Parts: sequence; structure tokens; C-alpha cells
Amino acid sequence: MLIKRKEKWQESENSVTGENAYLNRRNILLGAAAAGAATIIPSVLAQPQRKLNALSARKTDYSPGESPSPEEAITQYNNYYEFGTGKSDPAQNAWRLQPKPWSIQVDGLVDKPATYGIEDLIDFNALEERIYRHRCVEAWSMVMPWIGVPLSSVLKKIGVQSGAKYVRFETLADKEQMPGLRWPVLDWPYTEALRMDEAMNDLSFLVVGLYGKELPNQNGAPVRLAVPWKYGFKHVKSIVRISLTEEQPVTTWQASAPREYGFYSNVNPEVSHPRWSQARERRIGEFGRRPTEMFNGYGELVADMYAGMDLARNF
Amino acid sequence: MPEGMNTVTSITTNQLRRYGKPIVFLALLVPAIWLTWNWWLAFQYQPNGLGFNPQETSNRFTGDWAMRILLMSLALSPLAKLIKSPKPILFRRMVGLFAFFYVCLHITSYVWLDMLFDWVELWADVMKRLYITVGFAAFLLFIPLAVTSTKGWIKRLSARRWQTLHRSVYVIGVLVIVHFIMMRKGFQAEPLIYAGILATLYLLRVKRVRALLGRA
Ligand code: HEM
Repeated sequence: MLIKRKEKWQESENSVTGENAYLNRRNILLGAAAAGAATIIPSVLAQPQRKLNALSARKTDYSPGESPSPEEAITQYNNYYEFGTGKSDPAQNAWRLQPKPWSIQVDGLVDKPATYGIEDLIDFNALEERIYRHRCVEAWSMVMPWIGVPLSSVLKKIGVQSGAKYVRFETLADKEQMPGLRWPVLDWPYTEALRMDEAMNDLSFLVVGLYGKELPNQNGAPVRLAVPWKYGFKHVKSIVRISLTEEQPVTTWQASAPREYGFYSNVNPEVSHPRWSQARERRIGEFGRRPTEMFNGYGELVADMYAGMDLARNF
Repeated sequence: MPEGMNTVTSITTNQLRRYGKPIVFLALLVPAIWLTWNWWLAFQYQPNGLGFNPQETSNRFTGDWAMRILLMSLALSPLAKLIKSPKPILFRRMVGLFAFFYVCLHITSYVWLDMLFDWVELWADVMKRLYITVGFAAFLLFIPLAVTSTKGWIKRLSARRWQTLHRSVYVIGVLVIVHFIMMRKGFQAEPLIYAGILATLYLLRVKRVRALLGRA
């Protein structure tokens, strides 16, 4: 890990983990939870999981200085409603997903609209590992060792036309592979979007791997978004379509509950979700709650984009 | 009347008092024992069944059981009328008090294990989050029912006034279901299933509906 300057998103090891002792405790606690889960749901684990190939990636200096959350937590505690609404449903059901081969439809205001194979959009020889904080709108958080490429590298490939102001993403919606689609929890397919400057921001990352390997199905294989200054639900999974638009797209959660989920959904401890306070969060594995940071601690990289905007209204 | 029901009604009231009640009592205690045991393990950093977010698991577990047991208590009178035997009523007070006990565990789980007694944050939560306000209202309405559940109180209030008071359990049932539907994200099936059960139990209290069932 190359730390040249110390920025807010690269807090030093001891400033954040001054609680080293507790970090230890945390891992023990999580190990314990995993072992407990394993004893309770052995039948679940009987389903063959896809073998995840190792990915080679260069380390970058995006690192909050906190150790990544345990792999079992990241891969067994998920919100991925296409596989069920329970936190352990995705880990149980996502084996049905077929991430290979994978193609992505690219349309709208682009120079080269087409259906691309994933390898044509993502340069698997240029993968980076970035450690990002991940803050769910439900007030829990983890630390993720993602592997991927900047979203901007893909946008450059497809050619952004001058009128394009937004990037819209769609998740796969296939009843055969996704049992959760049988019940209309949300208006499928799951749709998310970014403003063009947000999409071009260096932090916006297309993720294809986790913990040195290919992305597990339940985490959004084969390709998902990571925008760490925004709540987790903006991190659209298993992307099958990327469209560039002039109009601001309506996202799935916005359509479901416009009062609760805004277009921007930036992490903001001062703006509460109508049903949750966002002031604090539980880092998975800790007993207490810690304060939530503005833009999840990435303000220096992203706050400029929102200068002059009323963030309480544009939530 | 189906066979099974004959068997139920042939058990004597005394047998139900002597064996039935302790069995039901122990059965209703099982979820609480499971929860306490697993929290004890969690605090010892031992493998446990609470998963990666133990606070969430325990808030939901206790909420679910409070609601299920409340529905069980609401099912006893319609059951008694359907099988034309007062025996299920023997269990009504116990089951109702167990529902209240699980509500207390639910609140303990939230106030202690989740919020760590942060009263400022808690009050903000109760006021700001409508679904907690609704749950809180249900809890407040539940207190007088738990307090007046004894024979002494039935006498003191007169049976008629006691009955009127205890009808507020209908309101509690509705508030709890609203609380549940509101706290889930998106349009989910599970709260609606419980809403359906509650609606069925209420319908069974209507004489006409029972008459229809009796004829069928
Ligand atoms: C009669 C009283 C109550 C009953 C029967 C009840 C029942 C429930 C149920 C069934 C759930 C949903 C669990 C699930 O998703 O599976 C729930 C969630 C919840 N309830 Fe209650 N509740 C009551 C009162 C309260 C009160 C007074 C509070 C707070 C002071 C409260 C706080 C919560 C919280 C915070 C959750 C969300 C749990 C989580 O996701 O972490 N409830 N409750």
C-alpha cells in the first residue's frame, strides 16, 4: 500500500484502529458468528458454489487504513433482493446465477452502442485493488477489498457523447436465475444511475473481484458498481445494461419510496432516512455504533461536485 | 366435528391445568432461552447463531416472537367458539402475558443491545421514526392489559368493563402489523402473511362468519 500523502480517506492505521484490541475481538466475534451460521445451515452450504479464480491486481493507495471486514461477513450478509430479502438469502440462492459468459448492452448517447462481452469493456490486465468503506442505508458498514477498474475507463471506451448527462445501470432480471423476482418487492429490473461528473470521478469503480478472487455471485458477479461515498444500494450489481441519457433517470428505490430514497443518496449523517437515523453506524463485528462521516469520509474527493447544492433537499 | 377435536375436548380441564399449562409454558420459553444462550455465547466470543449483525437478529427475533405469540393469544377465543369448548380459554392469560414478555425482550434488545442505553438517540428515534412510534404506541396500550390480567383486577373492574378494556388488543394487533409492514423495505410478502392471519382471526370473531363456516 503506497501512502504518499495522508488524506481523509486514507486515515492512518492507528487513528482508526487505535482500537486494535477490539479489532481482534471483532474478528473473533465474526469467526464465531460464521462458525455458528455454519452449524445451523449446513444444508445450504451443500449447494455447489462456483469456483472463483484468482485475479491479479495492483494495489492502489485507496485504503481507509482499516482492515477489510472478514470474507465470510462480506459474502454471507448481503442485500440482493433478486435472491431474497433475508440477509442470508443471497448466499443461499445466488448459485443459480450464470456469470459466464456475460454481455452488457450499451446504448443511449454513446459513440459505440452495442452489446459487448464483459472482456471488451473491462481490461482484465489493468485491475486495481482498492479498499473502500461501504455504508449501507440500514446503518451498518463494512470495509471491502474490491478489485476492478475505474468506471471512467469504460465510459471512455464506449465514447460519451456531448449531450449525455447521466449514466444509467440495470441489473439482470431473469426469473430462472433469480428466485426473488417471483415477488414484486421492487420494480425489476433494478435500476441505478449517476450524474456524469460522479461517474467520471476517480472513486467510481467497476468491481469484478473481491479478496483477490473473482466476485462471488451474491456480491453481484460478474460486475458491479462501487461508489463509496454513497449508500450501498447505489452499488448496482450484476450489470447487464449501461445507458447514457440526457434526462435524470428514475432509480428503483426512488420509484419505490421517493420520500426515503433520493437520486444522490450520498452518505450524510445529518440527513436522516425517514425510518433510520443516519448519524451513526454499526461496523459489522462491533458491539457499539460509531459516528458516520459526511460522504462516508470521502469528502475531499467528492464534496466539490455538490458545491452550492442543498444536500438536505437533494438527498 | 373432526376426530382430532374430539380428542382435544376429551382431555379434562384438570389434566389441562396440571400438564397442559406447564408444557405450553416451557414451549413458549424456548425462544427466549435460545436467545439468551446465544447472546451469552456471543459475549464470550464463542460460535453462536446470531449471525453477522447480532443486534439486528435479536431485534427481529424478539419482534417476530412477540407478534406470533400475540397472534396465538388472539386465536384462542375464536378456537374455543369453533370447537365449542371453553378449554382454549384456559391458556389465554398465559399466552397473552408471554406476548407481553416477548415485547419486553424486544424493547430490551433494542434499548440495551442495539442502542446501548443512549437515551437521547433513543428518544429521537421514537419520535422521528414513525414505525418505532407505532411500536411504542402498541407497547403503551399493552401495559394496562398485562397489569389487569389477574382475577383480582377482573373483579375490581367488573367483568364487563374488563372486557371492554381488553378489546384494545384488537388495536394493538393492528398497530403491530403496521409497525412490521413499515419497517421492512420495499413490498415484502412476510408482513402481509401476518396481516392476513390477523384479519382472519378478526373475521372469525364475527358471528356471521362463524355461522357460515359452521354450515360449510
Ligand atoms: C407490541 C409491541 C411490539 C411488537 C409486537 C413488535 C414487533 C415487531 C416485529 C414483528 C418486527 C419485525 C421483525 C422482522 O423484521 O422480522 C419489529 C421490528 C422492530 N421493532 Fe418492534 N414491536 C413492538 C414494539 C416495539 C417498540 C416499543 C420498539 C422500540 C422502542 C420497537 C422497535 C423495533 C425495531 C427497532 C425493529 C427493527 C428491528 C431491526 O431491523 O433491527 N418495537 N417489531
